[in-house]
Amino acid sequence: MTTIGVLALQGAFREHIRSVEASGATAVTVKRKEQLETIDGLIIPGGESTTIRRLIDKYEFLEPIRAFAQAGKPVFGTCAGLILLASEIDGSYDVHLGVMDMSVRRNAFGRQRESFEADLDIEGVAEGYNAVFIRAPYIERVGEDVQVLARYDGHIVAAQQDHLLTCSFHPELTDDHRLTAHFVKMVEKSKRTLAS
Amino acid sequence: MAQTGTERVKRGMAEMQKGGVIMDVVNAEQAKIAEEAGAVAVMALERVPADIRAAGGVARMADPTIVEEVMNAVSIPVMAKARIGHISEARVLEAMGVDYIDESEVLTPADEVFHIKKDDYTVPFVCGCRNIGEATRRIGEGASMLRTKGEPGTGNIVEAVRHMREVQSQIRRLQSMQEDEVMVYAKENGAPYELLLQIREEGRLPVVNFAAGGIATPADAALMMQLGADGVFVGSGIFKSNNPKEFARSIVEATTHYDDHKLIGELSKGLGTAMKGEEMNEETDRMQERSE
Repeated sequence: MTTIGVLALQGAFREHIRSVEASGATAVTVKRKEQLETIDGLIIPGGESTTIRRLIDKYEFLEPIRAFAQAGKPVFGTCAGLILLASEIDGSYDVHLGVMDMSVRRNAFGRQRESFEADLDIEGVAEGYNAVFIRAPYIERVGEDVQVLARYDGHIVAAQQDHLLTCSFHPELTDDHRLTAHFVKMVEKSKRTLAS
Repeated sequence: MAQTGTERVKRGMAEMQKGGVIMDVVNAEQAKIAEEAGAVAVMALERVPADIRAAGGVARMADPTIVEEVMNAVSIPVMAKARIGHISEARVLEAMGVDYIDESEVLTPADEVFHIKKDDYTVPFVCGCRNIGEATRRIGEGASMLRTKGEPGTGNIVEAVRHMREVQSQIRRLQSMQEDEVMVYAKENGAPYELLLQIREEGRLPVVNFAAGGIATPADAALMMQLGADGVFVGSGIFKSNNPKEFARSIVEATTHYDDHKLIGELSKGLGTAMKGEEMNEETDRMQERSE
C-alpha cells in the first residue's frame, strides 16, 4: 500500500488526509522527522508559511525534507507549501527548502478580500478544475526543468519538476480530487522506480 | 470567471489557520514579536481585553491608524474587531482591507438585538459562541469561523472550557438523536434546523471553532486543543505576561504539540509570571452575556 504523509505542523492537513484517502492511498499525519522514513510521498499543506517554517526549524525538519526530496521521493506543496519549496521568494534567495527551481511571490493576488475561486485547466490532469485561491502566491519564473501545468490570468499557478508537484491554490478544499490523484500516481510510480 | 468572497473562500481562510495561535497586538512592534514567534494571524486592537476591562467606559473599533500600522508591519493576516451589530465599523474595516473581522463582545455592543448580516460582506467574520444555539445562529448570519467567548481579559480559562465542552457535548447529543427529534432540539436552542441536520450528519460544525477568552499559559492552550478546539486566540495572555516573546513562542509550540505533555512541561519551565488574572465571581463583568 502506498503511504502518503501530510506535514501536520499547522494548517489544513485534515482535508489533505481526506483527499488522499479518497484517491485510494493511505494517509498519515507527520509531526516528527523520524516519520519521513515510513512514507512514500509527502504533502506540505496550506497554512501560514512563516508559522510552518518556524515549526520546521524548531523540529529540525528542513534537512530531512530536503534529503527526502533529493532521494527522489515525491513532494506536493500547496499554497504555503509552494512557498516552502521555491528556490527564490519575493526576489530574495532567503528561501526555505529551495528544492524547486522557481521564483514565487507571496500574497501575490492581494489580501483576503481579493481571495477567489475560479475554473482552470491543469495540463494533463484536469479540465474545468475548481481552484480555490486564499491569500495565494503565484510563480513568477520557472527553471528549464519545470513544467508549467496551469496559469490563471497569465500567472503560473501549478507546476511540476520531475517528482515535485506544486500549486498555489487549495486542492483539498473541494471534492474534486483529480490533482491529488495525480500526485498519488506520481508516488506509486516513484515507489516502483525506487524499488527496482 | 473569478468569484471573490464566496463561502468556500471565506471558510477556507479560517481552515488555513487551524492548529495555530492568533495573538492580540496593539502596535507594530508587538505584531512583529507575534509574527516572529509563529502566530498565524494577529488581532489589531487599541487595548487588549484586560485593559479594556480595567478602563471601563465604551470600547469601540480601534483607531484605523493602529490597524494600518499593524497591516504594514507583518505579512501574516490581520484581524480587527467591530462592535456587535455595528455595520458601519465593519464596512470601514472591510474597506481598509483587514483579512478577518471579529464581531466581538469584548467591545461594547452597538445593537443589543441584532448581529451583522455577515454573508453580505466579502471579508470573512469570526464570532463568539457559548453553545450550539449561538454557534449556529452566527453561522446562519454568515460567520465563517467561531470561537468560544470565554471571559476575555481575565486570564481565567474556566469560561472557555465551559463553552468548548458545551458545544462539543451538544454536537454529540445531536449525533445520538433520531432525525425526528432534531426539530424540537432546534426550537429549544433557537438553532437553525437545516444547520443542525448538517452537524448531526457530519459530527462537527461546518466552520472551525477556536478557543478564546482566558488563555494565559502553554498548558491552557494545550487544554483547549485537547477539548477539541481547532486553534487558539490569546488576548491579554501574551503582552500582559512579564516575558511576551517566550510566552508567545511557548504557546505556539504547545498548540502544535498539545498531546506531548513532556514537551509542554519543558516549555513551561522558568517561563516567568503569567498575566495576573482574576477569579470569576458575582461582581465580574461578564462580557460573554452581552450577546446571544
